[in-house]
Amino acid sequence: MLEDRHNIKSWFYLAPALVLLGIFIFYPIFNAFFLVLLEDYNYLRGDFQGFTLTQNFRVVLRDPNFGFAMLNTMLIAFVSVPLSVVIALLISVWLNAVPIKKLQGFFQTIFFLPYVTNAIAIGMAFAFLFNQYYGLINWFLALFGVSPINWVGMGATWGNAMTSLLVYVTWLGLAFKIMVFLSGLQGIDKQYYDAARVDSASRPRIFRRITVPLLSPMIMYITVTSFIGAFKAYTEVIGMFGERLGPPGNDKAMITIVALVYDALDRSGTTGALSEAAAAALILFAVTLIFTFINMQVSKKRVHYG
Amino acid sequence: MEQAIYGNEKQIKRRRRIRLGIVYGLLIFFAIFILIPFYWMILTAIKVEADVLRTPPLLWVSPTEWQFANFADALARAPFIRFIINTVVVAVISTIGTVITTVLSAFAFARLNFFGRDVLFFVLIATMMIPGEIFVITNFITVVNFGWIREQTYFDAILAMTIPFMTSVFYMFFLRQAFKQIPDELYYAAKVDGKTDRQYLWRIMVPIALPTITTITILNAMNTWNAYIWPRLVTQREEFRLVSNGLRDAFDEGIGPPLYHEQMAAALIVTVPLIIVFLMLKKYIMRGVSRSGIKG
Repeated sequence: MLEDRHNIKSWFYLAPALVLLGIFIFYPIFNAFFLVLLEDYNYLRGDFQGFTLTQNFRVVLRDPNFGFAMLNTMLIAFVSVPLSVVIALLISVWLNAVPIKKLQGFFQTIFFLPYVTNAIAIGMAFAFLFNQYYGLINWFLALFGVSPINWVGMGATWGNAMTSLLVYVTWLGLAFKIMVFLSGLQGIDKQYYDAARVDSASRPRIFRRITVPLLSPMIMYITVTSFIGAFKAYTEVIGMFGERLGPPGNDKAMITIVALVYDALDRSGTTGALSEAAAAALILFAVTLIFTFINMQVSKKRVHYG
Repeated sequence: MEQAIYGNEKQIKRRRRIRLGIVYGLLIFFAIFILIPFYWMILTAIKVEADVLRTPPLLWVSPTEWQFANFADALARAPFIRFIINTVVVAVISTIGTVITTVLSAFAFARLNFFGRDVLFFVLIATMMIPGEIFVITNFITVVNFGWIREQTYFDAILAMTIPFMTSVFYMFFLRQAFKQIPDELYYAAKVDGKTDRQYLWRIMVPIALPTITTITILNAMNTWNAYIWPRLVTQREEFRLVSNGLRDAFDEGIGPPLYHEQMAAALIVTVPLIIVFLMLKKYIMRGVSRSGIKG
């Protein structure tokens, strides 16, 4: 029943948001596509040599760090996301099974804590947990006779540094997923479970045949948004390894695609740097788009919308 | 027969109790996994340096040996109180701006009818797909051109850190959902009473949607607390930094020993305010987060 048109009045209400969005969201989108087309653009001097379709992309792709950045980003996404989704799903199912409301709330608060911490502060704590001599991880492994591993210290290998980074990223991603899954589980009609119990279905079978299908839209949503988030991994690396982006003596070992963007942006005064940043950001955007498209195709077949 | 059923029931009860025991065990295991980094941070922050640099590490420090001097040392290393004040200033200003712009625009989308409304809304939602890095490049040039970077004053720094974040498509979408749930009848009743749209928005819709607005406020303030990239790009002097940058810069290695006890004391100083806010406003935060995962 909104038949009256309030054109002018509406635009007054929208104006503050639209002006800001125009300057800080829409214009930057177009400008990114424009910057990437400029050859040898220098924004301090405001000049450029001409237009190019591929030069700036070629600069990024030829960067010796690009391959590593792509590999690290993909590894972070394809290991930490599935791992945290599965663990979060299990934890939320167990949480939902706790009959005492107070106790459930207590556990819920603990599992939520990673969400309300500063990624830099807790990243530094993780780096110290993984310290070769004074860290808790190696103390724990020593109980099983494992000799101290150099996870994040001077000259730590790529594999060790990546393992500790993945543990941190997975830990950090759990809170949000648990909350979303738990609220989804609490919305499932109890009748389904009662019916399953009458048919004396086993627990794992109930989980696979009832819980997962009914939660599938939510699992899908979380998976897609988490992948998009993971493709943008950067602050986590800064938290654990600092601006060096890797263990001392193995600088930039943990470099990601977003780090390439900011690396170029830090050189903003030099010729071509902004176009390079735009090219790296657009590559990231393309990866995100392709992945979201694939996910949507899969979800058409697999997701059960009740 | 009766005996059999009774026995069976007892068995089922016992099996249920065992299953619950396993569930508690698993939950406690993962709760410890979540809590360990916090414990390690706190423990290291209150150890004397000699105890921090000990192999194997000490897993407990008795209260009589707690070393609160570490906090004073951390505060002497970098102006963390200043960083916290900066962060609070930026969070308050950007949150007020965000709430005002999103309330107004969400009202237009939820309540008013105008040419191109649905197309515009779709376009806005579509921008949520685009990674923020694409905006950052141009926004950096924009704030330079606005004169907020060169010869930066504190006021410039605050402008550069707040103005670009004074609206959000996501919160707009979130709030529009809340506004849409308010029945049309209230609107017509208000109209009959001679209320203007503006009065209706601020006296009726905003109070009804207050829980959602509270959630937006908290989520936005938390984002500021975690902001790293943008403040690092636009602040030109150390004392203008926010907590994340201040913390990282104070301990980026290079000079001298790593000083883990001071690092963790500083990390704790930065972590505690957010956790206190969380424990006070748990209800709103958790509801906001779980709702943001549900498609509207």
